Amino acid sequence: MIGDYAGSCVIKVGIASCGIAAGGSKVLGTFAAQLNSRGIEATVKPTGCIGMCYQEVLAEVIRDNRPVLYGKVTPERVERIIEEHVIGGHPVEEWVLPQDEVDGFMSRQQRIVLRNCGIIDPESIEDYIDSGGYRALEKALGKLTPLGVIDEITRSGLRGRGGAGFATGVKWLNTRKAGGSPKYVICNADEGDPGAFMDRSVLESDPHTVLEGMLIAGYAIGAGQGIIYVRAEYPLAIQRLEKALAQARDRKLLGEGILGHKFDFNLNIRQGAGAFVCGEETALIMSIEGKRGMPRLRPPFPSQSGLWGRPTNINNVETFANVPWIMQHGAEGYARLGTAGSRGTKVFALAGSIRRGGLIEVPMGITIREIVEEIGGGIPGGLGFKGIQLGGPSGGVIPASLEDTPVDYESINRTGAIVGSGGMIVMDESACMVDIARFFLNFTQEESCGKCTFCRIGTRRMLETLERITGGEGNETDLAVLEELAHEIKQSSLCGLGQTAPNPVLTTLKYFRDEYIEHINAKKCRAKKCQALITYLIKPDDCPGCGLCIKYCPVNAITGSRKQPHTIDAAKCIRCGLCISVCRKDAVTVT
Amino acid sequence: MQTKSASTEKTSLALIDAIVFKHNAQPGAVIPVLQEIQEEYGYIPPAVIQRLADQLGVFASDIYGIVTFYSQFRLQPPGKNVIKVCHGTACHLGGADRLAQSIAQHTGASEGKTSKDGRFTMERVACLGCCSLSPCITVNGEIHGRLNPESAGEIVNRLKEKEFSTAE
Repeated sequence: MIGDYAGSCVIKVGIASCGIAAGGSKVLGTFAAQLNSRGIEATVKPTGCIGMCYQEVLAEVIRDNRPVLYGKVTPERVERIIEEHVIGGHPVEEWVLPQDEVDGFMSRQQRIVLRNCGIIDPESIEDYIDSGGYRALEKALGKLTPLGVIDEITRSGLRGRGGAGFATGVKWLNTRKAGGSPKYVICNADEGDPGAFMDRSVLESDPHTVLEGMLIAGYAIGAGQGIIYVRAEYPLAIQRLEKALAQARDRKLLGEGILGHKFDFNLNIRQGAGAFVCGEETALIMSIEGKRGMPRLRPPFPSQSGLWGRPTNINNVETFANVPWIMQHGAEGYARLGTAGSRGTKVFALAGSIRRGGLIEVPMGITIREIVEEIGGGIPGGLGFKGIQLGGPSGGVIPASLEDTPVDYESINRTGAIVGSGGMIVMDESACMVDIARFFLNFTQEESCGKCTFCRIGTRRMLETLERITGGEGNETDLAVLEELAHEIKQSSLCGLGQTAPNPVLTTLKYFRDEYIEHINAKKCRAKKCQALITYLIKPDDCPGCGLCIKYCPVNAITGSRKQPHTIDAAKCIRCGLCISVCRKDAVTVT
Repeated sequence: MQTKSASTEKTSLALIDAIVFKHNAQPGAVIPVLQEIQEEYGYIPPAVIQRLADQLGVFASDIYGIVTFYSQFRLQPPGKNVIKVCHGTACHLGGADRLAQSIAQHTGASEGKTSKDGRFTMERVACLGCCSLSPCITVNGEIHGRLNPESAGEIVNRLKEKEFSTAE
């Protein structure tokens, strides 16, 4: 009997969006189909984000209680894994992730928010409950008063993980004490920073932990209604949240008299419609009320007057995901982690030029170097480490020379960047800092809601100046203009979007000023990114004359006969770089 | 993406009324209503804006203001296939512009536009949140990562072939 050989075998395949993008659903389907057709008894389970996105598709085979993790699994590899490992009991060593690599990635991490990610089936409430889920809610409702819950959160030192870092306990207490009813709890899942995917991963991998956090918040502040505002660009997260809500309703974890206590709470989902500014809390409220998402003056803060003018508590996904753990393990356990001013852990989306990119959770206070080198395994491809971009369009670039900076709110703020929501993009020497500044300004300029003049027009003027510099037409006075505008936009904008929009420019000016000057004076882009300042050439000795670049060139700038070296007409060339991407012989160079 | 045509005025208005009715109890329902209309048609047919305003008891200008504020809403019908190119930070560094260029070449649709044959629309999105598989795109909602200009072109070619074979 083949089934006996397999013993108790569980196969987990990571199918959060990253896993699916790499082909995870096909791998999962192939495992299920092949095991089924061969009559092998083994459990095939979908799971969420395992974290090591760079190795997607990831599959874990647990046979005889021994977990083995495979990386870069394809449907073609499934048969051999079943044959040799599931049936034969011998892992296919050449496809198993080396233990030192897994250790390197995991050893500095401390998983609280991500405690269930990649372990449980995100679509199974049973899995969540089996791993201790909803016990924190039980404890809160059964053993603590609402003020007792708030006290626990306050003592844990938890600060809002959406970017601003406001003390969560204080926010809850303010909403609790505010007059007026009904009160609302809102989960901000409008994760809009480019380069950030922490909240998406949590929602896709462990939606119930967010629900439980919101329920506890609802009890603590005295709210009966919760809303999850999630961006429409995350269809899988929405789908899994909807499923989780239905399951929670079935189990009477939502509705009236939850867990037999005098506590009623309902939750629903609202989809964002693609406006970055709606990540700002007052704009988000406007959006839920069915208006254009334009921020308003604070105070009054939402805790006093929020949705429909009622007291409203807004936290982001990661903040809520911390709550059940804190309730279960106690405030002290959480406060022990991190630094004096920044307690606990923080989730980062590690991406860009890094060997091991993925979703990581580290104690606050770990240094940038430790994240990049020890967890991320350094920079691939032999190029030097140039810096990290933290905090997306509201943050900045921290140069490699400051790599020993501890990652906590205060230390990062001193560099001019912000911890932000957790996007961490590693950059090597091929990144142009003026181009990065232009990239973010282009983003904020497009996303400015238009309410404040300095943000609406000022970011536009800054963008034009940056475009002039990257276009080879910058002059010496441009840098002073940029700094003046930056200062004025920061001073005169109403909301966080405008107040922080100049940060990417200011930090790159602070740490990479010589690159700006090089663009202006020498008309040179050392990273060879700025199209107006570079020339594409084909090295005749290396060109096999295959014609591929001719086929791809959008402006017919490349000519040459078959098997003869091709040439690029510099006058026609738009420097899009397609030729360099498609050339198999590296015959195209940039000067 | 399968989308209906809004040409038969009568049917479309009945449908809109039904969507409004479904959300009627909720205050501030205009955005979910618009989302459902776009789900149905692939865009917000300008003709429905006035109807919506009448039904919801707001000004048509307010609705137009919402439609143009949020980047999710389109006022033009999209092509049969919608390709969204991610321009997040990691994708930008990883060559999103080159992907877009290649996709434009293969589809005939430049960014933000629909190809003349109506088969493809290419849109730019700020971030799909798949940064560690950058650069990435979605094709009719399905995500593809770790692309280069060639593999992105192949995806378009496969779509064309599929269409061709189903048309036969």
